[in-house]
Amino acid sequence: MKRGNIIKLVTLVLIVAAAVALSIKPLVDPNKGIPLGLDLRGGVHLVLQAEPNKSGAPITNDDMDKAKAIISKRVNDLGVSEPVIQTDYNNKRLVLDLAGVSDPDQAVNVLKTTAQLTFKDPKGNTVLQGAELTDAKAGQDPSGAGGYVVNLTFSSDGAKKFGDLTTKYIGQRIGIYLDDKLLTNPTVNVPITNGQAEITGYSTLQAAANDAVLMRSGSLPVSMTITEKHQVGASLGIDSLHKSIQAGIYGLVFIFLFMLVFYHLPGVVADFSLVVYGLIVLWVFWMFRVVLTLPGIAGFILSIGMAVDFNIIIYERVKEEVRAGKSLRAGVESGFSRAFITVIDAHVTTLIAALTLYYFGTGTIKGFALTLGVGIVASLFTALTFTRLVLRLIVGISAKLNPAWFGVRRDV
Amino acid sequence: MEKGHQGHPATYEEVQKIHPLYFNIVKKRYWWFALSLLVIVPGIISLFIHGLNLGIDFKGGTMIEANFTKAVTQSAITDTMKSVGLSGEVQLSNGNKSVLIRTEALQQEKQTQLMTALQKKVADYDKKTLQVDEVGPSMGQELTRNAFWSLLIAMGLMIAYISFRFQFVFAISGIIALLHDVLVVVGLFSLFQWQIDSTFVAAVLTIFGYSINDTVVIFDRIRENETRMRRGDSYEDMVDKSVWQTMRRSVNTVVTVLIALFSVFILGGESTRVFSLAMLIGVFSGAYSSIFNASQILVEIKTHMKKPTKGGKAVRA
Repeated sequence: MKRGNIIKLVTLVLIVAAAVALSIKPLVDPNKGIPLGLDLRGGVHLVLQAEPNKSGAPITNDDMDKAKAIISKRVNDLGVSEPVIQTDYNNKRLVLDLAGVSDPDQAVNVLKTTAQLTFKDPKGNTVLQGAELTDAKAGQDPSGAGGYVVNLTFSSDGAKKFGDLTTKYIGQRIGIYLDDKLLTNPTVNVPITNGQAEITGYSTLQAAANDAVLMRSGSLPVSMTITEKHQVGASLGIDSLHKSIQAGIYGLVFIFLFMLVFYHLPGVVADFSLVVYGLIVLWVFWMFRVVLTLPGIAGFILSIGMAVDFNIIIYERVKEEVRAGKSLRAGVESGFSRAFITVIDAHVTTLIAALTLYYFGTGTIKGFALTLGVGIVASLFTALTFTRLVLRLIVGISAKLNPAWFGVRRDV
Repeated sequence: MEKGHQGHPATYEEVQKIHPLYFNIVKKRYWWFALSLLVIVPGIISLFIHGLNLGIDFKGGTMIEANFTKAVTQSAITDTMKSVGLSGEVQLSNGNKSVLIRTEALQQEKQTQLMTALQKKVADYDKKTLQVDEVGPSMGQELTRNAFWSLLIAMGLMIAYISFRFQFVFAISGIIALLHDVLVVVGLFSLFQWQIDSTFVAAVLTIFGYSINDTVVIFDRIRENETRMRRGDSYEDMVDKSVWQTMRRSVNTVVTVLIALFSVFILGGESTRVFSLAMLIGVFSGAYSSIFNASQILVEIKTHMKKPTKGGKAVRA
C-alpha cells in the first residue's frame, strides 16, 4: 500500500471540488460570466432606414442587398458573433439583432457610417475612391511617435492613380476624407508608386481599427439612419430553454451513472475527468469571451461526447490488455498509449473539420466550429494530463488491486 | 482464475467467444447496404420532389412589433400564436411589455386574426404603435452556400489526413459513411416535411463531426490488425474481427450520447425539438454507418482491388 498515492488522490479530489465551487459564480455571472447569444439571452435590436440620396434616385432592392452585405461584413469585423440581419425591401430597412455588444452606441456608429473614402488633390477634386482599396489594417505608428495608423493597400489600378497623384503634387498637401470628415492631409514628400499608403494621427488603436473596418468593408450605397434601437430578450423560448438545460443535466447524470456501472473504478475516474474537462472548456470560453449560442452548445455537446468516448476507448483497451495477460499496471500503461493513438487520429480528423469550418465559415458555422475546436483540444489535454495521472496513482496504490474494480473478468 | 495467458493479442476465435451476440457482420454486408439505401433513396427522391420544409429563418416572413398595456409572457404569446396555427420567434423587451414576433409571411386576414387573438387572450395592445414589416431570411442563401462550401473543403482536408495516416480507400469509405449520415438526416426531414430552422444547420454540422470521429476509431483497429495479418489470412475476417473488437466501445459511446439527446428531445420543449430530433437521427445513423457500412465499404473496395493480383500483402500506410 502506498499511502502517498492515496493522499495525492484525496488532495486532487478536494482541489477539483474547490475549483468547481469557486467557478460556478464567475462563469454564470450575468455581466462578467460567459456571454450568451441572441437565441439564449437576447441583445440589441436595431432598425436601419435607408435614406434616399440628395439627387433623389430611388433605392433599389439591389442597393439594399449591397448594404446588407457591407453591414454584415462590418458586424463580422467588429467581432459580433452570429448576428441576425434581415432586409425589409418594402420599407427599405435593415433589421439587425446583435448580441454581446458591450458598447451598442459605438457599434451603431460604425455600422451606419456610409464610409465613402476619398483622396482629393490640393484643388479639392476627388482623384481616388475607397473602391480602389484591397485592404486596410490598423497598426502602430512605425515612426515611433506613439500614435496609431491605418495601413492601406490599393488595387493595381488604385496604385497607379495614387502614384500619379503623388507624383504630380510633390511638396503639396493632399486630403484623405472619410465621408466629409478630413482624416489627414499629409504633404507629399516622394511619389508613392507601390500601392501602399498610411493614414496617421489616430490616438487609440480602437479608433484606427474602427476606421479600418469601414474602409475595408467598402462604402454603403445609401446612407442609413437608425429608427429603432432597443434591448430584446432571448429568441428561443425561455421556458423551453430552461427545460432543455434541465434535460441536458439529467442526460449528463445518466452518462455519469452509466460510466460508473459499466466501468467501476475507472468510471469514477472518467466522471471526475469530465468535470475537469468541463471546467477547462468553460473557463476558456470565459477567457476568450466566446458568445454561446445554441450551435455553439451543439459543438460543446459533440466534444463532450468525444471526451466520454475517449474514456470508453481507454478502458476498453485496458481491459483487453489485461485480458491478454498483462498486469493491471502494465495494462493501464499500454492501454492508455494505444488508446491515445486511436483517439489522436479520430480527434485530429474532427479538429481539421472544426478548423476548416472556423476559417471559412460565418455566423452559426463559426460559432459551432469554435466551441468544437476548443472542446477537442481540451479533451486531449485533460486525458493526457489528468486522467492518466489519476489512473497511475490508483494502480500505483498496490500491486494487488482487484482487476474486477476495473471491470475486467480474467476468466473469459 | 489465472490461466497463464501469454501476452498475445486476442485471436479471431477469442473475439467471437467474448461477444455473446456474435455474428459475421462483414459477410452480411449487402444486407446493411440495402437497409441504408432503403432509407436514403426515398429521402433523396423526396429532396428532389418536395425539397425541405424551410422555416422563417430561411424564407423570411413577417415581423410584428406590438406594445401591450401590461407585461406579458413569452409562452402566452406562443400559445396564442399556436391557437391560430402559427409558430415563430418571440422576443420581449421594455419590461416585457413590448413584443417582437417573427413568423411566416402573413396575409392581412391572418394578421388580423392573430392580433385579435392576442388582444383577447393576452392583453390589450397599442394600435397606433403597432408595426408590421415583411423581412427577408436571417439565414440567407449566402450562409447556406457558405456552409456547403466549408463542409466540402473540410471533407477534402479530412480525406487528405485519413489518406496520409491510413490509406486512400479508408478515407473514401469514411467519407461515404459520413455522407450517408447527412443524407439520412436531410432525407428524413424532407420525407416527413418536418420544418427546419437555423438550429438544423447546427445539428447537421454536429453529425458531420460525430460520424467521422466514430468511424476513424474502428478504422484504427483495422489498421492495427492489418499489420499483423499473415499470408493467407482473409481481409474480410480481419475486418470482422476489428469491428467486433471495438463493438463494446461503439455501443457504449452511442448509448451514452443517445440517452443524453433523448432526454433533451423528450423533456426539452418546443424550441430545441428540431435540433434534438436531427441530432438523434444523425447520431444513430452515425453509429450504424460506422459499424455496418464504413468498414464493409472498405472490404468491398479492397476485394475488388485485390482481384487481379492475388495475395498482395497489405501494407501499413
